Amino acid sequence: MPTQYYLFLSLALFCIGIMGTLMRRNAIIIFMCIELMLNSVNLLLVAFSKMYGHADAQLFVFFIMVVAAAEVSVGLAVIVLMYRKVHSVDVNILNRLKH
Amino acid sequence: MAALLLLLLTGVNAYEALTLPLEGKRLFNDMLMPGQVSAWFNTLMTGCTLLYVMLSGRDIRKVGNHVADYFALIFFTLCGLYILSSYNTLLMLFLGIEILSIPQYILAGADKRNLKSSEASLKYFLMGSFSTGILLMGIALLYGAMGTFHISEFSFPTTELFSPLALAGILLIVVAFGFKVSAAPMHLWTPDVYDGAPTPFASYMATVMKVAAFYAFIRLFHNSLGSVSNKWMLVIMIITAATLLIGNITAVFQQSVKRMLAYSSIAQAGFMLFAVLSVNELGRQSLIIYAVAYTLATVGMFTVLAKLKDYTYDGFNGLAKSNPMLAFATAIFIFSLAGIPLTGGFMAKYYAVSALMTQGNAMWLVLFGLLMAAVSVYYYFRVIWAMYFKPGTPQLHEPMTTTDNWLLLFTASLVILVGVAPQLVLAFA
Repeated sequence: MPTQYYLFLSLALFCIGIMGTLMRRNAIIIFMCIELMLNSVNLLLVAFSKMYGHADAQLFVFFIMVVAAAEVSVGLAVIVLMYRKVHSVDVNILNRLKH
Repeated sequence: MAALLLLLLTGVNAYEALTLPLEGKRLFNDMLMPGQVSAWFNTLMTGCTLLYVMLSGRDIRKVGNHVADYFALIFFTLCGLYILSSYNTLLMLFLGIEILSIPQYILAGADKRNLKSSEASLKYFLMGSFSTGILLMGIALLYGAMGTFHISEFSFPTTELFSPLALAGILLIVVAFGFKVSAAPMHLWTPDVYDGAPTPFASYMATVMKVAAFYAFIRLFHNSLGSVSNKWMLVIMIITAATLLIGNITAVFQQSVKRMLAYSSIAQAGFMLFAVLSVNELGRQSLIIYAVAYTLATVGMFTVLAKLKDYTYDGFNGLAKSNPMLAFATAIFIFSLAGIPLTGGFMAKYYAVSALMTQGNAMWLVLFGLLMAAVSVYYYFRVIWAMYFKPGTPQLHEPMTTTDNWLLLFTASLVILVGVAPQLVLAFA
């Protein structure tokens, strides 16, 4: 398959991720959309890696996975902390609590 | 203990700055390329961190029970800074930014009893990982266009034909860096996060972390993307103008000094963007001197703020009467942030403006920046007005110790030193 199909697919996934991050109000879903963005990048990198015949982009993918896992561990901890306090994972509640 | 370790790190970096070759030494399969300038930048920033730890060590201990963790996280951030100052592949850029940011998400939420702190942490985390996603997409697209991650091997066609992949990649990377350095319109998280985070950590976020992101910005955009600067110049010009405008105008309307400092950090980022725009040697030097002057003054201001109970302007009323030394040091920091001559802030602004003027195609931005610097004098001087000319008795968390007073005065004298002898800061840059 030509590489541009992968490019279009991953750009579509990326845009879905961005739209989700900006429009959804549930912190967990926002978080999932961010993961979707990262994974679309992974797909694109692997496709480019195949196109150029280099392995370094695939190596990059492993680093993205590891860092995403580190981010998940921090992020979920923060969300749980928030949930214990306000019993909600809705990000709108944050803006109401501001002042 | 932490201070000793930081002193050691400063020494090691200074030694590296003396011994490393100017063009850089290739390490780890060309992944890192530390040179004299980046080692010197590391030295300066480690020194600033040392000063920060000494100034706000007591405030850090009061944030929560996990004091050792806080210091460890500060060291991780510093590790990210070292990677960012010497990266040579986009992989290391990504890892450096993440190592720099993830500890900050935790530090923002360090005060677990306080809801505002948790909120700041969540907001910072969501915005930060969103910008990471954008950065990664930019990197992937740039890789697709270039076929390599090594920034020193990028080659652009000299013809008019420019790969749309590369262009999209560069723009996405600009946006991601905009998030990290809190440039408008990507600055919306900054005031809330700085306001909610515990004051000593907000100080670190606003200074060393932001400056490290700026250095990474310059390293990529001057060295490897500098030859195609006509493609990205306009975007960064617009971002710079928006940052200066929004940062300064919004800061005028703030009632809390902590929020004012958050907006002032956005405004100062506008001036640091001058260094990115002027793709020349002077631009890099101006960033280093700006980094030092801004870090010293802002760390000092946040330290003073952490001592006060009331973060509004009224909290500063009558400070000159009750704590003359504290008020004097605050006045010096404010002078530096506003860019009054003889302070570091003036020299930093002077270098930034002259770098942009040497580059020569953004004169309107120079004039706009000077206008906005004049606006900034208003909100900075409100603090001095409150301290020296308004009656009142400021409430401190605890009385100032002699060591605290002298350390603050020492920081203030460093600010003056940068302003009087900027060539000291640029010794190896």
